[in-house]
Amino acid sequence: MQADLGFWVLQGLNALQLSMLLFLLSVGLTVIFGLMHFVNLAHGSLYALGAYAAATAGAAIGFWGGLLVAPFAVAALGVVLYLVFIRRMRRAGPMAQVLVTFGLIFVMLDLTRIVWGAQALSAPVPALLDGRLTILGVEYPAYRLFVIALGLAIWGVLALVLGRTQIGAMIRAGVDNDSMAACMGIDVEKMFFLVFCVGCALAGLAGAVAAPLLSVTPDMGLQILIPTLIVIVIGGLGSLKGAIAGSLIYGVVQTFGAVLFPQFASILIYGLLAAVLILRPAGLFPAKG
Amino acid sequence: MLELNAVDSGYGETQVLHGMTVTAQAGRVLAILGRNGAGKSTTLKTVMGLLPAKAGQITFEGRAIGSGRPYDIARMGLGYVPETRDIFRSLTVRENLELAAKRFPAPPGGWTMARVLELFPRLGERMANGGMQLSGGEQQMLAIARALLMNPRLLILDEPTEGLAPIIVKLIHDRLMDLKRTGLSMILVEQNFGFATSLADDVVIVSKGQVVWTGTPDEIRADAEAQHRWLGV
Repeated sequence: MQADLGFWVLQGLNALQLSMLLFLLSVGLTVIFGLMHFVNLAHGSLYALGAYAAATAGAAIGFWGGLLVAPFAVAALGVVLYLVFIRRMRRAGPMAQVLVTFGLIFVMLDLTRIVWGAQALSAPVPALLDGRLTILGVEYPAYRLFVIALGLAIWGVLALVLGRTQIGAMIRAGVDNDSMAACMGIDVEKMFFLVFCVGCALAGLAGAVAAPLLSVTPDMGLQILIPTLIVIVIGGLGSLKGAIAGSLIYGVVQTFGAVLFPQFASILIYGLLAAVLILRPAGLFPAKG
Repeated sequence: MLELNAVDSGYGETQVLHGMTVTAQAGRVLAILGRNGAGKSTTLKTVMGLLPAKAGQITFEGRAIGSGRPYDIARMGLGYVPETRDIFRSLTVRENLELAAKRFPAPPGGWTMARVLELFPRLGERMANGGMQLSGGEQQMLAIARALLMNPRLLILDEPTEGLAPIIVKLIHDRLMDLKRTGLSMILVEQNFGFATSLADDVVIVSKGQVVWTGTPDEIRADAEAQHRWLGV
């Protein structure tokens, strides 16, 4: 089976689909981290809320409506989190930030249990994407291809914005050296708020697209948090390139590890993480070269 | 133009400035001299809002900037060239320059991209290079050019010759002399006595976070005792 091209295409697509989901989550987190050295462990919870928002709104106004509502709903929650917690914790140091955002995970976990119950919610795949497409002789669910395409499109847009626009250059300058950026008249705090909101919206979008793939449960945010952090550490803090590279590496190692070396699957990615930390402690493509 | 009146400042618990009082006049170059650790860079960082002024007042053109944020202070018209140059390493030379040029439109006769590249033609050849690929001298040119493109009314330079080869020091000196001729107000913190006194109109010497000597370049050149006592020359 492993000599068969179909196997490699199928698993390659699976890996890519997992990678794109992780990319949507990790890109916001890594740029927030790089720009303001802020550790937001509650980022995974925003993903879970995105899934709930999409499933709930989707039941009322259809999948596409839900997909549109979720990022805005999660970004709005991000604004509240920013105003209530994050703004006043900016200078509190990483330990306080980790403790508070870790606490937020459990607050949001219980809030989702109270509002939606502990039972898994299911979100149907939209009719338009319910079929299968044939790629290189392999039949593959159209919805998963949509997830891949969406991730690639978001990557393209972010690469364009960060690499080619003035606001992108300002964000990269802020990640590089926030004091100097401020001395050039850049309101780094306002930029951070903007990036934070976009990061929250992307986490919400990731949750919305994941909803039909996985069952929507209160702890789905907790489950995705560790892979997201691994992606960021492998890729390097603060950079788009790091987020995409880390996501692809995670997706490939996890997917192919599970089918080729099932007995080692659960430790492969941690071994890779350890290797990266030993050989390149700053990750593969850190923003601060 | 810029006045510090009895300013206290420092890093965390460590107080470095003790009642720093100094004035920079419009259209003139003020050199701040002193030994390592005297409080020269701390003074500039406090002016830029990078360190908090814990006591005293700082005014720029009559407006208080005492506890302002760096981006507000920069927008008031202060251009800052830090000791570490702080080129944005992940941006190209062009992007570093455009960060200032696109956001601070040049007034008539002000600094434009074309004009700073005339001042530092070397940068023109390096436009597509990344900030991290530049030599120390090129980084200094870029840091000055970038500050000029903000069209500041006061240019603040922290140790612009530090770590540079003599030929580059000469080049930076000549370009700063060109800037002085345009009437640009400048504050220059410098360890290089000859460099500083040849550019300055006014000189202050700082020791233990206070001004201990005030005069002109000619006066400090003639005052061997002050040189020996405060600068160890």
